[in-house]
Amino acid sequence: MAEYAFFLGCLMPNRYPGTEVSTRKVFEKLGVKLVDMDGASCCPAPGVHGSFSLVAWATLAARNLTLAEELNADIVTCCNGCYATLLEANHLLKENAELRELVNGKLKTVGREFKGKIEVKHVVEVLLDPEIAGIEKIKDSVVKPLKGVKAAVHYGCHFLKPSERRSLHESVENPAVLDKLVEALGPTSTSYSTKIMCCGAGGGVRSGNRELTDSMTLDHVKAMRKAEADLIVTPCVFCQFQFDAGQTELEELREEERIPVLHITQLLALAQGFKPDELGIPSHKVPAVKLLEKLK
Amino acid sequence: MAVFAGKILRDSDFKRDVVEKVVQRCLLVFGKEVSESFVSCIQCGMCTGSCPSGGRTILNTRQIVLSLNLETVYRYFDRSELWYCTTCYTCQERCPRKVRITDLMRAVRNIAVENGYMSKEHRAVIRYLYETGHSVPIREDVKELRAKLGLPEVPPTTHQYGKALEEVRKLMEELNYAQYGEEG
Ligand code: SF4
Ligand code: SF4
Repeated sequence: MAEYAFFLGCLMPNRYPGTEVSTRKVFEKLGVKLVDMDGASCCPAPGVHGSFSLVAWATLAARNLTLAEELNADIVTCCNGCYATLLEANHLLKENAELRELVNGKLKTVGREFKGKIEVKHVVEVLLDPEIAGIEKIKDSVVKPLKGVKAAVHYGCHFLKPSERRSLHESVENPAVLDKLVEALGPTSTSYSTKIMCCGAGGGVRSGNRELTDSMTLDHVKAMRKAEADLIVTPCVFCQFQFDAGQTELEELREEERIPVLHITQLLALAQGFKPDELGIPSHKVPAVKLLEKLK
Repeated sequence: MAVFAGKILRDSDFKRDVVEKVVQRCLLVFGKEVSESFVSCIQCGMCTGSCPSGGRTILNTRQIVLSLNLETVYRYFDRSELWYCTTCYTCQERCPRKVRITDLMRAVRNIAVENGYMSKEHRAVIRYLYETGHSVPIREDVKELRAKLGLPEVPPTTHQYGKALEEVRKLMEELNYAQYGEEG
């Protein structure tokens, strides 16, 4: 049985535990084992802590990487930000001896050493890997296809970019891989004009300039509504947070205009027959009541 | 004499040492292909035209790259637009000259922070990290929700393991990073 070190990050365990529990259920169903990385911290966020101090960012990321090295397992994460940080730091530390030496000098003070023996994967990458699960096996696991639903698929930035290190090798301008996964679960993916634009939350903008972040979210929701989306699906818990919480912060948007948001693992878990209550969906800020009724 | 952002610059406005710090930071973390990339900029404006923040704010990515070449980048230290970039990498992906814009942007911010330019909201993020190991720590209502979903109330992170949190704190001190969490 394949085994992964499950990197939780901050937003998933501390704001959207429904996504955490969905991922655990989905992987169990597909026969992939998740091992907890006891004592992991914030990844730390690539555009936030990376903007404050790249050296501190790389060192704290390296500490998280050593936890997976101890478990001798590749990492899987449900957040594009965690993915970006751990993937990038892992590469940089493997490739760049001077940085590795500096970082290992710091890690030594807490009895750790970065060795560079594991890889970092995004949850979608693992789901689509035919040797682990793959689209056919996923389709076979679907018992309740979510037919008649139009989904606005939002990839998020760091799932695809910077492209040079991404092993999915997906087009950054016209990606399709996630749409295919979503459609395998029943919904149709509706095309909308802001599809490849940033959700607005990254780079410390949400924490520092909320209005700017929310203005990007508003543009997305307007475009998604034009495309008649019933649902927003994202592979990133940070985008999930921004769309879910962000929509409720927008005065320009009436309550009935808000579109419910699901993480891809929540959508998959629903299609596999788990109940919305088990997946934390009723705890989201934008209620999914109308959507769930459509599925009954 | 040169004109930058509408202002005529004097000799004293060119600060090579600030650019040198950005270059050194990029060299250390990313390597030469990033640290030397900005000299290839042809000022085509693809980056600015692609920027989701630039489309709605005064952020002008092309001018920031220009300022690296003009040695005037320090002028961005106290400007809010330096922090409008969401690090979406669209500009970096599209740049026809392979300027590693988003990586450079983070390095410029690093040097701004080292010179004391940092918002109180951003200091708070570092404080949360130091206090809890998380930039977004758990809340009481989420603990209840976790329990309801059959998860441990407190996740198996630094939240649950005191020794792990001590490690994060020790590293942040060793890195002189914890200090930025203090009120500036
Ligand atoms: S896209 Fe590249 S070459 Fe064009 S202005 Fe921006 S940094 Fe310079
Ligand atoms: S990475 Fe930053 S500067 Fe570049 S396009 Fe995105 S928001 Fe604009």
